[in-house]
Amino acid sequence: MADAPVVAGLARGQLHELYYWMRLTRTLEEKLVALYRQTKVVGGLFRSLGQEADAVGSAYALDRTRGDILSPLIRNLGSMLVQGATPIEVLRQYMAKADGPTHGRELNIHFNDLDRGFLGQTSHLGDMVPVMCGVTMSFKLRREPRVGLVYVGDGAMSTGAFHEGINFAAVQRLPLVIIAENNGYAYSTPMAKQTAVRFLADKAAGYGVAAEQADGNDVVAVYETTRRAVERARAGGGVTLVELITFRRKGHAEHDNQSYVTREELDAWEARDPIDRYVRRLTESGWATAAELATIDARVSGEVDQAVAACENEPLPEGASALTGVFADPPAADLEWYRRL
Amino acid sequence: MALVTFLEAIRDGLREEMERDERVFLMGEDIGSFGGAFKVTEGLQDRFGAERVIDTPIAETAFIGAAAGAAHMGFRPVCEVQFIDFLSCAYSILTNYVATARYRAGLKTSLVVRGPSGGYVRGGPFHSQNPEAAYLHTPGLKIVAPATVRDAKGLIKAAIRDDDPVLYFEHKYLYRRIKDDLPYGEDIVTPIGKARLAREGKHLTVVSWSAMVWKVLEAAETLEKEGVSVEVIDLRSLLPFDEESIVTSVKKTNRVLVVHEDTRTGGMAGEITARINERCFEWLDAPVRRVCAHDVPLPYAPTLEDFVLPQTDDIVKAARWMVEY
Ligand SMILES: Cc1ncc(C[n+]2csc(CCOP(=O)(O)OP(=O)(O)O)c2C)c(N)n1
Ligand SMILES: [Mg+2]
Repeated sequence: MADAPVVAGLARGQLHELYYWMRLTRTLEEKLVALYRQTKVVGGLFRSLGQEADAVGSAYALDRTRGDILSPLIRNLGSMLVQGATPIEVLRQYMAKADGPTHGRELNIHFNDLDRGFLGQTSHLGDMVPVMCGVTMSFKLRREPRVGLVYVGDGAMSTGAFHEGINFAAVQRLPLVIIAENNGYAYSTPMAKQTAVRFLADKAAGYGVAAEQADGNDVVAVYETTRRAVERARAGGGVTLVELITFRRKGHAEHDNQSYVTREELDAWEARDPIDRYVRRLTESGWATAAELATIDARVSGEVDQAVAACENEPLPEGASALTGVFADPPAADLEWYRRL
Repeated sequence: MALVTFLEAIRDGLREEMERDERVFLMGEDIGSFGGAFKVTEGLQDRFGAERVIDTPIAETAFIGAAAGAAHMGFRPVCEVQFIDFLSCAYSILTNYVATARYRAGLKTSLVVRGPSGGYVRGGPFHSQNPEAAYLHTPGLKIVAPATVRDAKGLIKAAIRDDDPVLYFEHKYLYRRIKDDLPYGEDIVTPIGKARLAREGKHLTVVSWSAMVWKVLEAAETLEKEGVSVEVIDLRSLLPFDEESIVTSVKKTNRVLVVHEDTRTGGMAGEITARINERCFEWLDAPVRRVCAHDVPLPYAPTLEDFVLPQTDDIVKAARWMVEY
């Protein structure tokens, strides 16, 4: 049977999908680097190199047919793609295009579509934990069997907003999964200067919530672990703090040469690259053939190239379009005072 | 008709909106069976249940952030901040996340944050603040501050129905001190952004809001005996504020005094003065003046608090100066 589960409840087709999303994440980011170097990306560029399994595997554990919603961080491009964000939306965001999802108002992957199941982050670290409390409260109040998932970094977990949010979610027993991404660093700050706990999952005990931990570079393990937390949440079991151990293999953003990380550390993590590892596992286990993977690679390249070609030369928004939509009413900011000058 | 206090008018407004719209729910500290620090929500948990009147941890960032998340999903949450002084704990999520959500992301963010503000109650530096100016500077927020029982009800109802986030500052001095007859069954909704003409006059316009309106009206009585006719504008909404009503009145009286309980530097009076300069400078017969609190944290001792906060006498003196100018 083609769709019988082969590992972690995943069928062959699903295993191929996981590969597709990880490959799409990496290829899209590589394309963005090229555009950044051509100064076509207006602001900074953030990579998730080495963290694709963390993003993709965790998002894949949600149920899109039931309306689960996640809130990503800057290194969760893969999570956004899994939930249905498209390469052209991401490209338009980075290039500040008028036709982008936020029409040039917000940058990078800061955009939402609650129908597709993603609520874009804002820059203030930790804030999305309280906000996702409210989203999951709405599920609870309406008796909907939906689950929310929110990402926090090892750095973001030091914020007051994270603490207030996880505590609130725990007390309210909200159907919320919190993914703690332990990628070693917050900008230049190593985790040891961020917290005195050995593992981020250790913090769960202080909030009275369930804890899980997984190898963040093993997409199947990430999926399986997150899936358990998602099912717990859906069954009314409340919050789980899931720690995914991975590594940020690029600087904080493209401008950062990561001088504070040793070559040895980078090499060690490169050897654990989540995509290379998954390719080996897929082929050695007979879950995919090299030819099948090559077909996926070609499809990904085609999709990314097509998206770039379609929006690269699009215009930026008109200046005066900045004035609309601060409020539902009034619909636009006052221009009269400016005209009177 | 029913004689209700300022506080009861707020509670009635909340109850009526919860009855007419099941998307409305309340969150805050001690607001459930205890009924809130000032008992504004007393009886509401009995009436609507613990799912719609939710006791929260002491976590202003968490419950205001959660209100935003629920609002995105179509709810209309109302948060009580136990004393509005503690709203600053949620300053970041309110100004960065909540206020920008519609603009940057097109997210529905209809929520209300309400709480007791203001001094004259010997509350000391952290239970007496009027922090309106801290939020005035945030595009995306609305701010209202009722002075009357009718507007206490009308503005809470309007705030809940508004599609954008509204801060509702309720002056605790007024809670049980003022009463009014409100007709049963009337759906009182005060439009946000529209001032109220609290008293008609010819010689001088005084712009004020919240509890200060009552001191201004008291001053106006004294001045009337001296032959000075004072027009009093109760602004009611601070963001957006009713520039037109001020301009119309300035063109009539040619003199304006702005009176607020908040401290002077960076206060709302500065913005009102700037708008008057932009719109009707040539109609003025005297400089715009203001009566505000001194620029100090609000102290506790009655002698100190009374010195720092504007008093009726300060308003009378400033008004005399203006008409003699
Ligand atoms: C409240 C707040 N303070 C500072 C920053 C600036 N900043 C952006 S990302 C970052 C590091 C985040 O580290 P972490 O949470 O570990 O996420 P990672 O970048 O490793 O994915 C900092 C300090 C911010 N965005 N928000
Ligand atoms: Mg980190």
